[in-house]
Amino acid sequence: MTTELLGIILIFLVSLGLAWPLGKYINRVFTDQPTFLDFLHSLEEKLLRFAGVNPSYTMDWKQNAKALLGLNLVFFLFAFLFLLIQGSHPFWNPVQLGNWEPTLAFNTAVSFVTNTNLQHYSGETGASYFTQLIVFCWLQFVSAGTGIAACALIFQGLKNDKSSQLGNFYKLFLKSCTRILLPLAIVVSGILIWGGTPVTFEGLQEVTTLEGEKVQVATGPVAPMVAIKQLGTNGGGFFGPNSTHPFENPNYLTNVVENISILLIPMALVFSFGFFLQRKKLALLFMGVMTFLFLAFVSISVVEEYKGNPLLTELGLAPSPNLEGKELRFGSMASSFWGISTTSTSNGSVNSMHDSHSPLSGGIFLLDMMINAIYGGVGVGFINFFVYVIVAVFIAGQMIGRTPDFLGKKIEASEIKIASLVILLHPFLILAGTALASYSLSLDPDLGWLKNPSYHGFSEILYENTSAASNNGSGFEGLGDNTPFWNLLTGIIMLLGRFFPIIGPLALVGSLSFKKSIPQSSGSLKPESLAFGVVLLAVILIVTALAFFPALALGPLADYFSI
Amino acid sequence: MNSIRTYLILTLVSLVFFGLIYPLSIWGIGRLMPDKANGNPIYHDDQLVGFAQVGQAFSSANYFWGRPSAVNYDASATGGSNYGTTNPDQIRQVKERITALLKANPGVSVRDIPGELVTASGSGLDPHISVAAARIQIRRVASARNLEPKLLEELVDDHTLQPLAGIFGPGDLVNVLALNLALDQLTLTN
Repeated sequence: MTTELLGIILIFLVSLGLAWPLGKYINRVFTDQPTFLDFLHSLEEKLLRFAGVNPSYTMDWKQNAKALLGLNLVFFLFAFLFLLIQGSHPFWNPVQLGNWEPTLAFNTAVSFVTNTNLQHYSGETGASYFTQLIVFCWLQFVSAGTGIAACALIFQGLKNDKSSQLGNFYKLFLKSCTRILLPLAIVVSGILIWGGTPVTFEGLQEVTTLEGEKVQVATGPVAPMVAIKQLGTNGGGFFGPNSTHPFENPNYLTNVVENISILLIPMALVFSFGFFLQRKKLALLFMGVMTFLFLAFVSISVVEEYKGNPLLTELGLAPSPNLEGKELRFGSMASSFWGISTTSTSNGSVNSMHDSHSPLSGGIFLLDMMINAIYGGVGVGFINFFVYVIVAVFIAGQMIGRTPDFLGKKIEASEIKIASLVILLHPFLILAGTALASYSLSLDPDLGWLKNPSYHGFSEILYENTSAASNNGSGFEGLGDNTPFWNLLTGIIMLLGRFFPIIGPLALVGSLSFKKSIPQSSGSLKPESLAFGVVLLAVILIVTALAFFPALALGPLADYFSI
Repeated sequence: MNSIRTYLILTLVSLVFFGLIYPLSIWGIGRLMPDKANGNPIYHDDQLVGFAQVGQAFSSANYFWGRPSAVNYDASATGGSNYGTTNPDQIRQVKERITALLKANPGVSVRDIPGELVTASGSGLDPHISVAAARIQIRRVASARNLEPKLLEELVDDHTLQPLAGIFGPGDLVNVLALNLALDQLTLTN
C-alpha cells in the first residue's frame, strides 16, 4: 500500500516539477524567442510561405477563427475519406481490414479531429496500420496543435492594449506541433520502447502457448502513437483496451511516464500564461485552484477503489481493492490516479476499465469531465478555465459593487453573454444527449445497448455523452456504442463541444483585446488574491453542481446508495 | 481560393510528416533495441511461445493459473468485462470462480483466495498474480508434477517482483508465464 501511494505521489510531483520549465519553454515558442530547435526555423518559414501564409502577418480574432475552422474542416474531410476507403487500397493493411461503415467513419473522423478520440471501433480488429498512423497518429498531432495555437491567441488577446491583432494561427499551429509536441513525443516514444512497448509492422503473430494452444497476438507500431496520444491529450489507443494493454503500457515505469505525459502540457500551459502575461502569481493561483480540485478528486477515487467491492467480501473473500478491470502491475491507486488525470485533462486514455470502478469513483470521473477545466485538454483546458474566470470576475464585481474588470479590461454585457453561453452549452449537450438516448431506449428496450442494469446502466449513457461533450474520449465501455444512433449523436456533440468553446472565447478575447486598459486602483478586483481564488472555486463548483446534480443523483449516487 | 490552397498544403505536409516520417523514425529508433521493439518475444527452439508481458491462458493442474480474462486471453481482440461493481452477473461469475478454485486447490479456504484470482483484468491479458495467489496453487501444481512443494516455494520466491526502484508501485507480484517457464525447466532438471 505504501509503495502504491509513493508511486502516485511521484507521478504528481514530477509532472508539476517538469511543467514549470516546460511552461517557460512554451512561452518562448509563443513569443518567437530563441529555442534549441531554431534549426527548424527556415523549414517552417518556407513551408508557410509555400502554403501562401506570411508568417509575420498577424490576424484579428475573426480571421484566426476562420483559419482554424477551415483547416480543421479539411483535416476532417481527409480523415473521413481515408476511413471510407481503408480496404480499397493495398497500403499498410497486413490483416486486410475492410472499409468503414459511413456513420462509424464520420464519428471516428470527428472524434480524432476534435481531439476527443472516442473510439467506437476496436483498434486491433478495425484499423489498418495505414489508418492508425496516417490518419490517427497524424490527427493526434494536428488536433493538439490546433488547441495549443488557440490558447496562444487567447494569451495574446489578454495582453493586448487597443489592438485587435491576436497573432497568426497558422504559424502558432505549426510551431506547436514541431517545437512542443514533436520533441516530447520523440523522447516519450524512446522511453516507451525501452520499457517494452513494441514498434513493428509484423501484423498478427502466432504464439504456441505452454499448454500447446495456438494464439494470434496483435502487435504493431504502438510506441509512436501511444506517446502522442498521451502528450496531446488525445487518448485514442492502438488497441481496444487502451493503456491497460500490456503492449501499450508494459510496466510501472511506462505507466509513470505515460501518466506524466497526460498531465504535462495541460499543467505547463497554466504556467505559460503566467510567463506570457508576466502574471506569475495569478498563474499560481489558477494552478492552486485546479490542483485543489484535482487532489480532492484523486483522494476520493483512491479511497473508494482501495476499499474494494463490499459485495465480494460478502461472499467470504478477504477484503481486497476493487480489481475488476484493473491490471495488477499498476494496482488500484495508480489506476485511480490515472482515471482522475485522464478525465481532468480531457485525455481519455485509460489504464483500467472505468465502467468497473466503484460507483463513487466513476461518479468523480464524470464530475471531472463535467467541469472539464482542471488543467484540461491541451490549450482548450485553459480556455475553458478562462471562461469560468470571466464569470467569477463578473460575480465578484457584483459583490463589491463595481464594474468588473479583468487584467485592466472592463468586462461588459457582450463578454458576459458569450461566457454564459459557452458555459451553458456543455450541460446542454450532455443532458440533451442523455435525455434523447434514455428516451430512445425506453421506447425500445430491445436495443440492448447496456451491459449493466439499473442505475449503472444510466451512468453508461451519461458517461458517453459527457465524454463526447468534453472531448474526453474515455468510456464506460459496457455501452454498445457502435450503432448509427450513437455514432451520429456523439459525432455531433463532439463537434459542437469542441468548436463553440474555442470560437466563443476567441470572440470574447477579441473584444477585450481592442479595449483600452484602465489603470488599476485600490478598488479594483485583485485576481491574485486568495479571496478571488475562493470565489473562482465556488463558481466552478456551483455552476457544475446546479447543472449536473440531478443527473449524477440518478446515476452514480443512486448506484452507490443501492449497495 | 487562397485559403483553400493553404489548408490543403498544411494538411498534406503535416500528414506526411506526422503520419509517416515521425512513426518511421521512431521505428528506426526501435531497431536499435530490436528485442524490446518487438514486444519482448520469448522463443523456445525457434518457436514463439509468448511475449514476456502478455499473459496466457493456463487451465491445467500442472501450471500456475493467471487471472480470469473476459476474452480468455485472446490477444487479437482484447478487453475487460466492463461489469459494474453492483452487476449481479459479475457476482455470479465470481461465485463460480471461487467454487472452481476451491475444487482445484484442496486445503484452500475462501478467505485465502486473493481478489485478483476471481476478477477479470482490464486488458484480459494481465500477466501477473500476487505471490499469495501463487502460493495457494503450490500444493496442486506440486502434486500434479510430483515435485516437493518446498521446491516450488523457492521458485515462487525467486520470481517475486519488487516495486519500481524498490519503493514505487505495487510489489510482491509474480509473472505467471515466467514462473511456468521456469517450472517446466525445473521439472526437466528433476
